[in-house]
Amino acid sequence: MKPFTRFASRVVALPNRNVDTDQIIPARFLKTTTKEGLDRQLFHDWRYDAEGHPRPDFVLNQPRARGAQILLAGDNFGCGSSREHAPWALTQFGFRAVISTSFADIFRQNSLKNSLLPVIVPADVHQELFALVERDPEMTLAVDLAGQKLEMPGGRAVEFPIDPFSRQCLLDGVDELGYILQHLPAIEEFEAGRAVPINTLAG
Amino acid sequence: MSKPRTIIEKVWDSHVVHEQPGAPALLYIDLHLVHEVTSPQAFQGLRERGLKVRRPDLTIATADHSIPTTDRSLPIVDPIAAKQLAQLEANCAEFGIRCLGVHSDRQGIVHVIGPELGLTQPGMTVVCGDSHTATHGAFGALAFGVGTSEVEHVLATQCLLQRRSKTFRVQVEGALRPGVSAKDIILALIARIGAGGGTASVFEYCGPAIRALSMEERMTVCNMSIEGGARAGLIAPDDTTFNYLCGRPHAPKAKAWDEALERWRGLPTDEGAAYDREVTLDGSALEPMITFGTNPGMGIPITAPVPDPARVGDANERESLAKALAYMDLQGGKPLLGRPINTVFIGSCTNGRISDLRAAAGLLKGRKVNPQVRVLVVPGSQEVKREAAAEGLPEIFRAAGAEWREPGCSMCIAMNGDQLQPGEYSVSTSNRNFEGRQGKGGRTFLASPLTAAACAITGVVTDVRTLL
Repeated sequence: MKPFTRFASRVVALPNRNVDTDQIIPARFLKTTTKEGLDRQLFHDWRYDAEGHPRPDFVLNQPRARGAQILLAGDNFGCGSSREHAPWALTQFGFRAVISTSFADIFRQNSLKNSLLPVIVPADVHQELFALVERDPEMTLAVDLAGQKLEMPGGRAVEFPIDPFSRQCLLDGVDELGYILQHLPAIEEFEAGRAVPINTLAG
Repeated sequence: MSKPRTIIEKVWDSHVVHEQPGAPALLYIDLHLVHEVTSPQAFQGLRERGLKVRRPDLTIATADHSIPTTDRSLPIVDPIAAKQLAQLEANCAEFGIRCLGVHSDRQGIVHVIGPELGLTQPGMTVVCGDSHTATHGAFGALAFGVGTSEVEHVLATQCLLQRRSKTFRVQVEGALRPGVSAKDIILALIARIGAGGGTASVFEYCGPAIRALSMEERMTVCNMSIEGGARAGLIAPDDTTFNYLCGRPHAPKAKAWDEALERWRGLPTDEGAAYDREVTLDGSALEPMITFGTNPGMGIPITAPVPDPARVGDANERESLAKALAYMDLQGGKPLLGRPINTVFIGSCTNGRISDLRAAAGLLKGRKVNPQVRVLVVPGSQEVKREAAAEGLPEIFRAAGAEWREPGCSMCIAMNGDQLQPGEYSVSTSNRNFEGRQGKGGRTFLASPLTAAACAITGVVTDVRTLL
């Protein structure tokens, strides 16, 4: 993974609550065996009509979405299926951060593993951001992970929570598997100290 | 005296390999279930890093999501699905994993076959690249869904980096009335707490109404924990659990069984243990439930009217409700009862087990499904299919006018060609009513197998109690 650096970008606002991963990428696109080419399928059924033409009223099809790296989303974003195709599709489209009041657990974990930063903000800031984007679609926000803050228009900063481990992994571009592999001796010791409950290869 | 602990903490504590301040714990995984959709990129990751599967003996694979539910002796029509299914078998062969694939007599939905093989056992940690892994919590296991990166981590190391979850006790008092089932308990819970109500938590389901459930019913409840936002949900093991497990192919035998039993009896939550959150439902007051909207939290007792956005105070919530009703083409304030439907789907990891099929068949026996309604009955596994055949259930379904199909996820996720047409309504025993979940533009009412069977007969949304 590449180190996660400070960036500033326009914001795509999608206020729907409880956006599930079936909306982020519908299940029929999960028959792929690779990670590539998922950006066109992002929000597919909201983004394209029955003939496959872009729906002009959907935010990702509007000029303001071009090049945007921040998605401002409704509460409980990413609920439902565990498909990591959701953060793959979001990052391939170009998003590097999603801002919401809350994220579903599995989606949040999957995002962190793909350098997609889930930014949790309080409800009042969340509402303020929607209002700001509505007023000025060209508005930019800066995301500063090292400083754990969103830099709002006018220079105000809003801090956001993230656990120190995830933060460091993102900043350093370290992937978790590499970290786990460093603990192989502890894993071996753990395994040596307990009976194996099952053997899927037997019987 | 050590501090009293919940079963959630006991299972967690006994699987921590390593923990250091400021970092998540390294958690050992006892059973890793693999399927065709969320694993190919994980195997590719292993290849790129030159890693092996650390514990093939704790790993098992099956084909369920994209597999057709039509005649298995025929070639698979969809070339992309066929490629994905072939890829699973090739990956398993390459990495030494047992695969209960397309032609196995043990193939089935991953959350149906783990328990029926006796692989899922109390006190275990279980993961799968599938959010309904919580199903296995019915045995007192800590079981949760993971993404493909985490599938790769477990394949390579048998471990995951995890943070301790909050504990959330769901107490269900009383006894269920006739026509009310396990599915109605979980739909009522999610309607109460909302689709995100259990985020960052693990549920423990307790109370007399839970104790009275069979293992299959407990799996139905735990299965939908994720629909309430909880990554896992579990039920402390008891004699119901042990009786179900005893004699299953992978359950411990003889002396090992006795030792396991002693261990398992120490798992239930200690007297006086504290939970971070608690909620209580009165099981004796529950009615058959049905969802009306586009997330599983949008559920009502079947006799109730659809909520009216005009009566919702919170602006965000009003807008969400209005959007959902627009998608569903429903009007707030009107009842769902009597509303015509197009399709009934009986199956899935929520309700595709033998007791679910028995419940549906019990109602359909000697009756006909409404000629306007397509009814798909999809057993959860080859074993469920065999059990059903031995009991004459396929004949009952066929005589009633329903389709009896091969095992798989089928119309729960609509990846395999089993799907709704745009605008159609289904009553489905599955777990998700998201927009397009059962086919682009399709509209889903989630309900129990009994309710689904009742709707199949009448062709409209029906209170099963009127047919009992």
